[in-house]
Amino acid sequence: MKLIFEKSVQGRRGFRFPDSDVPVKAKVPQKYARGNDAPLPEVSELDVVRHYTLLSQKNFSVDTHFYPLGSCTMKYNPKFTEALSRLSGFADLHPLLPQLAGGEMLTQGALEVLYELEQWMCEMTGFSHFTLQPLAGAHGELTGIMLMAAYHKAKGNQKKKYVIIPDSAHGTNPASAAIAGYETISIPSNKDGGMDIAKLKSAVNDEVAGLMMTCPSTYGLFESNIDEIAKIIHSVDGIMYYDGANLNALLGRCRPGDLGFDVMHINTHKTFTTPHGGGGPGAGPVGVNDKLAKFLPISRVIKRKDGTFALDYDYPDSIGYIAAFYGNFALLLRAYAYLLMLGKEGLKATADHAVLNANYIMRRLQPYYKLCFDKLCMHEAVFSASIQASRGVHAIDIAKFLIDRGIHPPTVYFPISVPEAVMIEPTETESKQTMDAFIDEMIAADALSKLDPGAFKDLPKTMPISRPDEVKAARDVKTSYAF
Amino acid sequence: MNPYITNTDAEVRQMLDIAGVPSIDGLFADIKPKHRPKSFDLPEGLSEYEVVRKVTGLSLKNNVHLVPFLGGGFYDHYIPSAVGMLTSRGEFYTAYTPYQPECAQGTLQSLFEYQSSMCALTGMDVSNASLYDGGTALYEAMMMAMGVTGRSKIIMDGGVSPIYRKILKTYTHHLHYQFEETPVVHGQSSRPEIEKLLDRNTAAVILQNPNFFGAIDDLTDIIEKAHSVGALAIVSVYPVSLGLLKTPGAMGADIVTGEGQSLGLPLNFGGPYLGFMTVRGKYMRKMPGRIVGETVDTQGRRCFVNTLQAREQHIRREKATSNICTNVSLCALQAAIFMSMIGRQGLKEMAQLNLDKAEYAKQEIAKIKGVEVKRSSPTFNEFTICLPKDASDVVGAMIKKGFAAGFPLGRYYKGMEKYLLVAVTEKRTKAEIDAYVKALEETL
Repeated sequence: MKLIFEKSVQGRRGFRFPDSDVPVKAKVPQKYARGNDAPLPEVSELDVVRHYTLLSQKNFSVDTHFYPLGSCTMKYNPKFTEALSRLSGFADLHPLLPQLAGGEMLTQGALEVLYELEQWMCEMTGFSHFTLQPLAGAHGELTGIMLMAAYHKAKGNQKKKYVIIPDSAHGTNPASAAIAGYETISIPSNKDGGMDIAKLKSAVNDEVAGLMMTCPSTYGLFESNIDEIAKIIHSVDGIMYYDGANLNALLGRCRPGDLGFDVMHINTHKTFTTPHGGGGPGAGPVGVNDKLAKFLPISRVIKRKDGTFALDYDYPDSIGYIAAFYGNFALLLRAYAYLLMLGKEGLKATADHAVLNANYIMRRLQPYYKLCFDKLCMHEAVFSASIQASRGVHAIDIAKFLIDRGIHPPTVYFPISVPEAVMIEPTETESKQTMDAFIDEMIAADALSKLDPGAFKDLPKTMPISRPDEVKAARDVKTSYAF
Repeated sequence: MNPYITNTDAEVRQMLDIAGVPSIDGLFADIKPKHRPKSFDLPEGLSEYEVVRKVTGLSLKNNVHLVPFLGGGFYDHYIPSAVGMLTSRGEFYTAYTPYQPECAQGTLQSLFEYQSSMCALTGMDVSNASLYDGGTALYEAMMMAMGVTGRSKIIMDGGVSPIYRKILKTYTHHLHYQFEETPVVHGQSSRPEIEKLLDRNTAAVILQNPNFFGAIDDLTDIIEKAHSVGALAIVSVYPVSLGLLKTPGAMGADIVTGEGQSLGLPLNFGGPYLGFMTVRGKYMRKMPGRIVGETVDTQGRRCFVNTLQAREQHIRREKATSNICTNVSLCALQAAIFMSMIGRQGLKEMAQLNLDKAEYAKQEIAKIKGVEVKRSSPTFNEFTICLPKDASDVVGAMIKKGFAAGFPLGRYYKGMEKYLLVAVTEKRTKAEIDAYVKALEETL
């Protein structure tokens, strides 16, 4: 399909501004003025609408396709939360308004949303305080590690320089720790997919600042040795960091704050159905226990005795500002509305059915694909396509087969510790019929891998494009239209 | 009470049988009793109508009816209806990150178009596919400059947003970087102050145009000075101003960042916004965040993919250029559609309207006795005025008259308690500006 720039016709326009009604025609002094016009497209409104509507139709999305992407929790995004996020009383609210004299009283509704959401998150996760400011999960991780660093600094723990991270972790974990100034130590998992306690013990010393863990892990398994892990880390005054990527599996069944964790982040686009948006925006609220509370970023939302809400900046030990304002408000608002609707029982049912669906798929596919850990899984199941790979059909080929059949593939090649990994997470919102159709296609892929492994190389055939040449993209780099 | 779960009781039974567990509780056998929640004291769920009623009620507790002259980097611009309509298509907003390009060409091509428009706007070679917001984009630029140069000293001009300044300090204060700030001036950047600090250990000079006080500048000479000691120049810009102002690319900047909220995004009480970053071609491989590139498929057809991924955390882990995973794709799409809608002519007209209205407001405000309009440098759509009394009190009084009168600078700068930062966008009518001036005069 043509680029919007290739549809441009000189002199055409898509929008009309009102004529100026002020008796001033100003001119930017030549020295400060732009030489040439910015070559933006010259198209009509219909051109724009048709172009982007047609582009949208080249996407898979939750609204159109099943997305069993492990660890991404691609659940349905309820429409009423979208509608609420567009209410003028929120969408048109200037973020600096509460910082003006008397301005807090003009933003009471928004502050109440933030305050209440923090309370919900505390109760759901077992932490005493939350900040909603981090703008995405990885931003939450960075914030959490900075809180860890502030804690050690305040305690005079000058030797701290390592953060321990299991090899099954998301890449953001080591990257966040590194950017906050720590070196990372990777611990391989044991044969049951859990933390290797002996290896952990041998890695832990006074220089360990903390540990980052996803629980359930990216293998979809609950860490049964969590008490011991927390004890080992706390014995050197380390901080236990909980990566909330897989929180969906635990709602109402277990709270990270009760397990010995000191800090966590939540990905609202996973557990709380804020839309993925084709890769953001996200939101990554961070919860802490009392140990870390005084270091939380400013501002913080407080409730006054008279029931009104205010922003408070008076926290001398705070790490400071991690973002300009109060978080990605419009997403937090969607999460808030979702929580209000679900309530206690609805949240618990979320985890129940997410885990049921994952176990159902796991057992149905087990005869065909190598299951990494033959035991109950939580919200996701990790397979290896090693059997199919021995026939010349790799995880990526199975992914392309599924795309050809109108199903978004599971996460492949992650966790990186599993060769030919295929990581499946159906979520609670998918029906048995949808899952069965997926299972049928997975079985068909296995059958085809025996029958005609060469057939995969041309897939997908039903999509607007076939497999792209990624090497060319990285070699002859072209990242914008040649104006 | 979870309408989004579709399993019927009969299906649950069937699925449990296949899973080989007697009950749903049995699925959680790995969680020992001692690990069960100590408390889970949350309210009961509500119906959609009840939630809508409650949340709509909360929205009405916010005042969005003040006539806004409040900016500070975040502006009340008009958003054409098509922008919101198109970005609210489920195929866009419920899609995942485009890791599988065959079923994500919609997202990928629109991000490529976004990148193209951002390059056009800023006069730079390469754009990434967006970062969280303007503040964190500036932080990423700073980290990138240190990565490129291997140096650890940063000079930040006094005209950079105080909000951004606080953010950058938070991220660096526990790391061993040298962070220098030049004194705050209302007008253009102070050349001598920057030159005094520039040395062979300087990774970058951070500048902003228009600066926080609204002053516009040609930063070419400062950028040349920075280059002469091997430092990079980072410029944070307000994209709408680029309809009229000299581009950072033309000034020689190495990294350009900014807040893209003014390109079709609602104010949203602070987010989500759009952090953008464009760089010189030679620094492309050091850039943080996703980048979409053009290529061909097996049949030679043009298509788009995430490229240069070897920079990113999912490949490089602790050695990545940044920890960023998510960008703000949907916001970038929104900006791409906005820029396509207003187009080449519209961007100029929009910028001109902002300039004209702000100049008119300046002219009228200057007529008020006791009010001084700072005129040490030309401005775009925001400017500083000095009042005969505390600006914060004046703003408080103006709220009662129906105006968000501006941002009192005393909040961030000691000694500037009487200064007010006033923004005037294309949405303000002559009548509103006249009413504002009248109300301000009465308040003083």
